[in-house]
Amino acid sequence: MSDAAIDRSGTLEVGRLAVGSIGHHAGGWWGMMTLIATEGFLFVYLEFSYYYFASHYGREWLPSELPSFRLSGPGTVILILSSVAAWWGERGGKSGSRLKLLAGLFIALVLGVVFVALQLREWSDKPFTLASHSYASTYFVVTGFHMAHVIAGLLALAVLILWSGLGYFDRARFAPVSIGIVYWHFVDVVWLTVFVAFYVTPYLR
Amino acid sequence: MAVEQYEKIPSAVVVSEELRRRLHRIWETRPGLFGWIATVDHKTIGIRYIVTAFAFLVAGGIEALIMRIQLAGPEQRLISPEAYNQLFSMHGITMIFLYALPILSGFSNYLFPLLLGTRDMAFPRLNAFSYWVYLASGLFMYASFLIGQAPNDGWFNYAPYSLKPFNPGLNMDFYALGMVFFGISTTVGAANFVVTFLRNRAPGMSINRLPIMVWGTMTISVGILLANPAVSLAFFLLWMDRQFGTHFYDTAGGGKPLLWQHLFWIFAHPWVYIIVLPAMGMVSDALPVFCRRPLVAYTLVILGTITTMVLGFGVWVHHMFATGIPFLATSFFSGASFIITIPSAIAVFAWIATIWTGRVVVTTAFLYFASFIAMFTIGGVSGVMTASVPADLQLHDTYFVVAHIHYVLIGINLFGVLGAVYFWFPKMTGRMLGERLGRWNFWITFFGFNLAFLPMHWTGLLGMPRRIYTYPENVGWTSVNLTTTIGAFILAVGILLLFINVLVSLRRGAVAGPNPWDAPTLEWAVSSPPPPYNFAVIPVVASRHPLWEDRLEEASGRSSIDRGLALDHGKEILATSVIDARPDAVLKMPDDNPWPFVLTLALSVLFTALLLHWWIVAGAGAAACVLAILIWLWPRAELGQKEGAAYE
Ligand code: HEM
Ligand SMILES: [Cu+2]
Repeated sequence: MSDAAIDRSGTLEVGRLAVGSIGHHAGGWWGMMTLIATEGFLFVYLEFSYYYFASHYGREWLPSELPSFRLSGPGTVILILSSVAAWWGERGGKSGSRLKLLAGLFIALVLGVVFVALQLREWSDKPFTLASHSYASTYFVVTGFHMAHVIAGLLALAVLILWSGLGYFDRARFAPVSIGIVYWHFVDVVWLTVFVAFYVTPYLR
Repeated sequence: MAVEQYEKIPSAVVVSEELRRRLHRIWETRPGLFGWIATVDHKTIGIRYIVTAFAFLVAGGIEALIMRIQLAGPEQRLISPEAYNQLFSMHGITMIFLYALPILSGFSNYLFPLLLGTRDMAFPRLNAFSYWVYLASGLFMYASFLIGQAPNDGWFNYAPYSLKPFNPGLNMDFYALGMVFFGISTTVGAANFVVTFLRNRAPGMSINRLPIMVWGTMTISVGILLANPAVSLAFFLLWMDRQFGTHFYDTAGGGKPLLWQHLFWIFAHPWVYIIVLPAMGMVSDALPVFCRRPLVAYTLVILGTITTMVLGFGVWVHHMFATGIPFLATSFFSGASFIITIPSAIAVFAWIATIWTGRVVVTTAFLYFASFIAMFTIGGVSGVMTASVPADLQLHDTYFVVAHIHYVLIGINLFGVLGAVYFWFPKMTGRMLGERLGRWNFWITFFGFNLAFLPMHWTGLLGMPRRIYTYPENVGWTSVNLTTTIGAFILAVGILLLFINVLVSLRRGAVAGPNPWDAPTLEWAVSSPPPPYNFAVIPVVASRHPLWEDRLEEASGRSSIDRGLALDHGKEILATSVIDARPDAVLKMPDDNPWPFVLTLALSVLFTALLLHWWIVAGAGAAACVLAILIWLWPRAELGQKEGAAYE
């Protein structure tokens, strides 16, 4: 079929256009980018608070026993693997395999839950509480904010599993899955910055 | 299913009555309560924003008048110090958050799709949501008056006064939670403007053909996305300090009161540009209409707008010169504050040149815009004065700063808005605002404002500190204060005349017709008020001034208004590419929808419960929010989110 010329001078021709939500044409994809931008800055300000205290007070502000990699190390690896699983599932879904999509999302979800469990363990092992001093407050609030984002991401993954299982998507109508998964990647990348702030920089002094 | 199934070639047609009827059926909001709650029409939402923001302007104005009566003479005891604290705090909060940005969001909401040649915002439901949350969070903060515990630490709310030991009531909790709540509205609104700007313009409307107010709103929306988290976080941490004994701001536990000031001003200095750049944009678009020529230096004005916003992120410490931070830091931020005046001044020169080289038609709107320029200059100069550290150490926390903020806020927000009301009222209502009453309205407002605030610079130089509820007799502040009080009341009369003019003109104003000012941009190509679908066919744009093409020689072709894409298979709009606005996709738009309203109710329950420590109710409210979001986002075939439904 031929293209439609829509103005008289014929400078503008319109060919076949995607209808509805398709990939990066979808409004939702662009909306997610704005959400990621603003949430990214939320973490910039959270970490600003941490570095502000750290640079003003120096070593004595940090706990005498520096944060350890025992749980946070494996947790970080698990979160990265979870992102990989989600990416693999998304690729499967785009090539038309609902099975791979479901498997990928499910593995990502399970790994995400393991991360949460490790993190809860780490929290309960701490010798201080939220109200002990400003380091403790900062630690719990920043990791808590991240945890809240992980939980939001897990909810999104769970819902995507449900919708995919109900057969809502096919190879082309797939935008909600991609939008959800890019959020999950974001949550994982943010963890890396939190991890660097609390677990790595104290050793770099 | 393959991708091709989800594609089609949209048909291009000439506008017909039949098409208009069909589009009307598709786009109109159903009458009745449901339609009232569920409407997603950007024009309705825009007007709601404007009306609500004016209501808050009146509330904030009444608070100000009470303060001015109290300060009219020395040693008055009309209101208690505590009541005075609450009044000046709520006055600032109201004007800066509940009036100044929402009024601009209202105009942008109403105008964006019309200026861009499309049928709605990118996310219509989100648009409704941002309005409802704005209203709910405003009422939430105002509810504090009902129990006599309104915020009382100024809009900037410095720690440690805002901490529990010094401020044990609910006052600060209303403010802290209210601002987190309000931040949701601002953020989603900004996201909507950004995506609409990037994706939903008429074909051919490349980024160098956009009205300036579109650029202004785009710029500040990015600014909001990046700045707003700072203040939401600052208030959240304050709330944590108050409720759960964390130590962010109290020195005893290793916190730092200055952390508050940093987080607050990192947000709040960008914010002062956020609440003026769209108003400057409106002036840049509307003023040239009354000069009968295009704006001078279009590109420079846009670059100035963007540069101002970018630099606006680097000057926040000029609010903290008096806090004892290192000399190097104050010098750096002082320098940055001087530099920022350069991009801001570009627009001023462009407006003056436009007036100078144009054929001026004096209307009430023009008078507002012209005085806008004058007041911008005064406010800019007082800003530069305080940007110099030694001067600021003297002027900080005096009435000089109060004069500065009012010249910028009233001068470059309110006066621009009032001009915009005169300019776009005919589009919104189909009737002209009365010019005769308009002149009275303008001159009284203008006179009252300057009588109130020009002498206030002097009050500050005489050393009168801000935020004092009364002053002694023998310090020589009496006559300036009395003058200010008289001016404030005259200003109030001026604003009252506007409301009278609106009410009278709604019934008896002259019928406007589509383009009463003979203006060049797309909103004037449709009827006044516009039909629910805005444009019967999606226009094709060939220049910056589609309706002036026959007299300006700037177009590469001719814009096409009555022939274009019909997009009439359900609610549809066009998605276009970011830079040059080539057609990219057909988007399916949502119908009237109650979930934004329901989600707002759930959020209101959540925030109220947090305020009152009803933790179980708060949990239920949060669960209700998750549920409402889930239903809202549930994939729908008619929105093209679910497999199935082939086209063609
Ligand atoms: C030429 C550009 C500007 C410069 C150099 C400037 C500079 C300053 C400085 C240095 C202060 C701090 C004074 C003090 O507290 O000692 C200040 C305060 C303030 N400015 Fe500006 N300003 C400019 C434009 C604006 C604009 C456009 C707005 C808003 C519409 C604005 C709103 C405010 C407000 C609200 C405050 C008071 C903050 C408070 O309550 O303490 N300024 N300005
Ligand atoms: Cu500032």
